[in-house]
Amino acid sequence: MILKLEHIYKDYLQGKMTVPVLKDVSLEVEEGEYVAIMGPSGSGKSTLMNIIGCLDRPTSGNYELAGQDVLKLGENAVASVRLHSIGFVFQNFQLLPRQSALDNVALPLIYAGVRKKVRRERAREALIRVGLEDRVNFKPTQLSGGQKQWVAIARAMVNHPKILLADEPTGALDSHSSKQVMELFRKLNEEGVTVIMITHDRGIAEHAKRIVDIFDGEISERKGEDR
Amino acid sequence: MLENIRLSFQGIWSHKLRSLLTMLGIIIGIASIISIVSTIKGTNEEIKNQLVGSGNNTVDIQLYSEGYQYTINSSADIPRGIYEVTEETREKILDVDTVENVTCYKERINSDGVFYQNTPLSSVAIRGIDTSYFATVGYVIRTGRNFIAGDYTDFRKVVILDQTAASDLFRNENPVGKTIEINSVPFTIIGVVDEASKFEPTIHSIDDYYTYVGGETSGSIFMPSASWPIVYTYDEPENVIVRATSTDEMEDAGKKTEDILNATIADPESEVKYKADNLLEQARSLQQLSAATNNQLIWIASISLLVGGIGVMNIMLVSVTERTSEIGLKKAVGARKSAILAQFLTEAAVLTSLGGIVGVGAGIGMAQVINRISGVAVSISIPASAIAVLFSMLIGIVFGFLPSVQAANLDPIEALRRE
Repeated sequence: MILKLEHIYKDYLQGKMTVPVLKDVSLEVEEGEYVAIMGPSGSGKSTLMNIIGCLDRPTSGNYELAGQDVLKLGENAVASVRLHSIGFVFQNFQLLPRQSALDNVALPLIYAGVRKKVRRERAREALIRVGLEDRVNFKPTQLSGGQKQWVAIARAMVNHPKILLADEPTGALDSHSSKQVMELFRKLNEEGVTVIMITHDRGIAEHAKRIVDIFDGEISERKGEDR
Repeated sequence: MLENIRLSFQGIWSHKLRSLLTMLGIIIGIASIISIVSTIKGTNEEIKNQLVGSGNNTVDIQLYSEGYQYTINSSADIPRGIYEVTEETREKILDVDTVENVTCYKERINSDGVFYQNTPLSSVAIRGIDTSYFATVGYVIRTGRNFIAGDYTDFRKVVILDQTAASDLFRNENPVGKTIEINSVPFTIIGVVDEASKFEPTIHSIDDYYTYVGGETSGSIFMPSASWPIVYTYDEPENVIVRATSTDEMEDAGKKTEDILNATIADPESEVKYKADNLLEQARSLQQLSAATNNQLIWIASISLLVGGIGVMNIMLVSVTERTSEIGLKKAVGARKSAILAQFLTEAAVLTSLGGIVGVGAGIGMAQVINRISGVAVSISIPASAIAVLFSMLIGIVFGFLPSVQAANLDPIEALRRE
């Protein structure tokens, strides 16, 4: 079990009203799984993703990541979990515009305290892994949308995390690029990376081996046979 | 850290105009401080070198009684137990390692009784000097000749005038060969001396005038010390002038000579004692005076640094807001709070340090312009420049702290959501 969420509740304060966003969400993910969390906007899927990614804390509930009770960790320890265990991919890529693809990919390695020379080597390896060896020194503005997302994926993978967490990874891409990104996810999953992807797009969710539906803060799961 | 510095330069370069405007406050503040400090230092060095050393680092050691210079007007005034400086004492003084040269002389200041034909020359100083006097105080013969050994051995009645005395008595005539009377004794003028290098200070105020010029208006007449008793008395005690090896050693040379001379006084209870002029002390109080006024200027200039610092804080706050998503991303990929804090603090420090460096350059330039326009002496202080750059770095850290903390405390979800 790489990830185990138990009875997660998350409330937001809106003015004076408490709005429940997640209601009793429990989810278990095995190592090497490929999971899509699917739901319309406002369903709470982004909140769920933030909690999984240790960017946010639930109001109540338990969360174990790789056997570690992350809700009991301090701020720096949580930063370390994000650094080593989770790779993020965002809808809008979140690349630093003034830095080359290589420097963007090497960013997490800075915080891991890796020496510059090794950083560059490993970032180059990660870019080769996503098939961008000929775009190493390009700035994000010189890359297409799909290529930008590949750089972002390379960045997510550069620290060899166990989990790849993707928030609408194809949201800003055309169908051709989307297909390529999905192809890359499949490849990474085959290499043993646990992929958790959040999307509102059924067509994209279909690429996953397991789909978790989230609606109005509650999840329901369809097993393979339901699909 | 190096990575942060590199990123900071990148950031500054990519926002050239904004960075320049941010730095402007720091640049102006540092530039004004550097130019003020340069003028203070320049003025002080001028005071020290020119006033104190008169350009040649000489110290007068004269007889004093109860705090006043001891003057001799007749044989009755000769203090008991104080004699002419012996050759032995001279050697001792020359052995002091800060003393380069020494000369002894007898002196009557404000002497009357000097006439050329029927014209009196009043308030003139008359000195009976040894052969090393002119060399020690830095006088050179302008016309005529210097004293020679024969003038001393034969007690010749010859005198040398300085430029002031010569022009007072003779206007444009050549005084050499003329005869003047000193206490009714005729003396032949054999030459005119003048200072080898003249100190011509810039006079800004009446105070400067008194400091630099006051008192030096009457001329001097020099005769061989051997001829002194012809007009005055035998066995008059002498004053001493030593030339120190450097301006900084003047105090030491003066003090040691004073001690050697006082040791020769036979009567230990004597009220008349040798005392070295401490011009350095006078100069110090003068320097302090100029520093005190200029320190106020430095405080005013510091206000512009404060304003500059607030400008830096302002821009940094804008920058944090602008780069919210970058901060969010960095946190998401695992950056600790401290890493974000360090990044923004470095950026502020690099920005203000750059401003400091440019400011030092501008300040040096301003100092040169001040020097050209008003003639005030300037001197660039390397330590002051280094302190200025370090100080501007400190300003960056102090004023960058609040924005950096704000950046470090950004909620990554909020940060990523904002686009």
